[in-house]
Amino acid sequence: MITIIRKELADYFTSIRIFILFLLVLLASAAALYASYQGIRGIEITTGFVFLRLFTTSGDVIPSLVTFTALFVPIIGIALGFDAINSERSGGTLSRLLSQPVYRDNVINAKFLAGIVTLSIMMAVTILIVAGYGLRMIGVPPSAEEIIRLFLYLALTIVYGAFWMGLAILFSVLFRRIATSLLSSLALWLFFGFFYVNLIVPAIAKTTEIFLLLQRFSPNTLFQEATTVLLLPQWRGAGILTAGEEIAYMLLNPLSLGQSMLIIWPQLTSLISLTVVCFAISYVLFMRQEIRPT
Amino acid sequence: MDGKIVIETKELTKNYDGVTVVDRLNLHIREKEIFGLLGPNGAGKTTTILMLLGLTEPASGSAWVFGYNPTREPLKVKRLAGYLPENVGFYNNLTARENLMFIAELNNISRAEANRKIDELLEIVGIGEVADSTVGKFSRGMKQRLGIADALIKNPKVAFLDEPTAGLDPEGINQTLDLIANLPQMGTTVVLSSHQLYQVQRVCHSIGILSKGKTVVEGSLDQLGREALAGGNYRIEVETAQPNPGLIDIVNKVPGVRKVEAKGNLLLVNADSDLRAEIAKAVVQSNTPLIQMKIQEFSLDDIYMKYFKED
Repeated sequence: MITIIRKELADYFTSIRIFILFLLVLLASAAALYASYQGIRGIEITTGFVFLRLFTTSGDVIPSLVTFTALFVPIIGIALGFDAINSERSGGTLSRLLSQPVYRDNVINAKFLAGIVTLSIMMAVTILIVAGYGLRMIGVPPSAEEIIRLFLYLALTIVYGAFWMGLAILFSVLFRRIATSLLSSLALWLFFGFFYVNLIVPAIAKTTEIFLLLQRFSPNTLFQEATTVLLLPQWRGAGILTAGEEIAYMLLNPLSLGQSMLIIWPQLTSLISLTVVCFAISYVLFMRQEIRPT
Repeated sequence: MDGKIVIETKELTKNYDGVTVVDRLNLHIREKEIFGLLGPNGAGKTTTILMLLGLTEPASGSAWVFGYNPTREPLKVKRLAGYLPENVGFYNNLTARENLMFIAELNNISRAEANRKIDELLEIVGIGEVADSTVGKFSRGMKQRLGIADALIKNPKVAFLDEPTAGLDPEGINQTLDLIANLPQMGTTVVLSSHQLYQVQRVCHSIGILSKGKTVVEGSLDQLGREALAGGNYRIEVETAQPNPGLIDIVNKVPGVRKVEAKGNLLLVNADSDLRAEIAKAVVQSNTPLIQMKIQEFSLDDIYMKYFKED
């Protein structure tokens, strides 16, 4: 299995697709850094978490890094997974690969793991670069808690990316054609990212509770809520109890890390379980699929 | 070819979406022989190979490959078996060497050993000079050659070659067939599927003809040829300088001769075994000048056509 992981990683790191994506991500983080440089002077920071503001502050036009990340992570996930299985099938390499003494599940596990490693490296590099340049820019070192929060945020983005990658791998097992699996993954991403949250839910939700409930069916919402709570410690809006107008009467004191974690626990577990479900379905389908080129 | 039977199927059956593709198939393949799996398109040749490799599960029946059941112990079978699929494909972004190295690593072959073996095999299949160019630039025939090298990299005890000569030029076909013919000496049993009858006849020791998933006939090539042509007999042609009516009786008395016909200068003899020596002796002793004798060669076309006419 290590052999397959190594080959997949080599493929990812030499592929033009991933290179361009990585370049885009770096450009986006540069833009976001510039945005926070513009914006961070203007805001009144009362909570003490200055360093985290690097990631959440947006400029006049350019959105913040977290917004960029929320946009890019699904695309990276999809780009890593959409042709995992069906490209092997259409290229005629799957039957050759499976006639070697490897367990069939090693193939799909290796692809998933290699994808996660690539994703982790990309996200870690992005966050570290932004943190490094940010440090030079604002000259305020991060506190221990901020570092932990950043790490948790990194883990969160990896889980979120893994979900989209799992979904894309599922489609790549399901559909024989690469274009079909790519378009289906992108369609689902568009649906949850824009239509569902911005159009469908507001149209059918009568009360705030239902609105929030329906919104949380979208993985995008789960990710956004968890991000906000992690990187804006004073934020407590994602909890069930704090829906509605009570929020206006709250003091803007930052929550402790434990409390923040408590608030996003449901979001985090939902994202992880969504990832696991996607992967499990593709695993089972792949194990039962006929190899025969049809 | 009297090696022990190393690959065997018993009532092997496979359905795809309710259509029976392989129907109670019984095959026996001996060690170090080249077995040709023949049959028209859609006869179930590829499916049979996939089941023997444990790549697809039979609906019923069983198969044995070197004492292992491919359904239950696929990994053990895959360690022994090399496989050239039809429409073989490679990772286009890797070179020929890297593609083979990947397969070698999956088989736990050490790097040094694999490098040596790769050089040797690429040279044998005739693409040694492009070992380090990416496979994406290869033609169909070059990929096919690489596929053969790929099937042999692990020194398999059995090689399953699905249409090994598809897409090759005539020279490539010749080289490939020579290569295949040499495999038994290296200790490899070969199962190849094809519908190029001439090529099968050139290299195979035994054949099995499939039609609609059933075995139509199975056996060694010599025996099947004789059955097809002369009902199991040898046919010997004897040419003499001039017709000699008395010769019919003389040849008829040779033990083992079944039937003799005269056709001008030619005598057509049906015999139980290859009696050329005995007949020659009888002819010469009768003072008839003997010009030549030959044993009639059959072609696989005759066998193939015979069984498909009967169908």
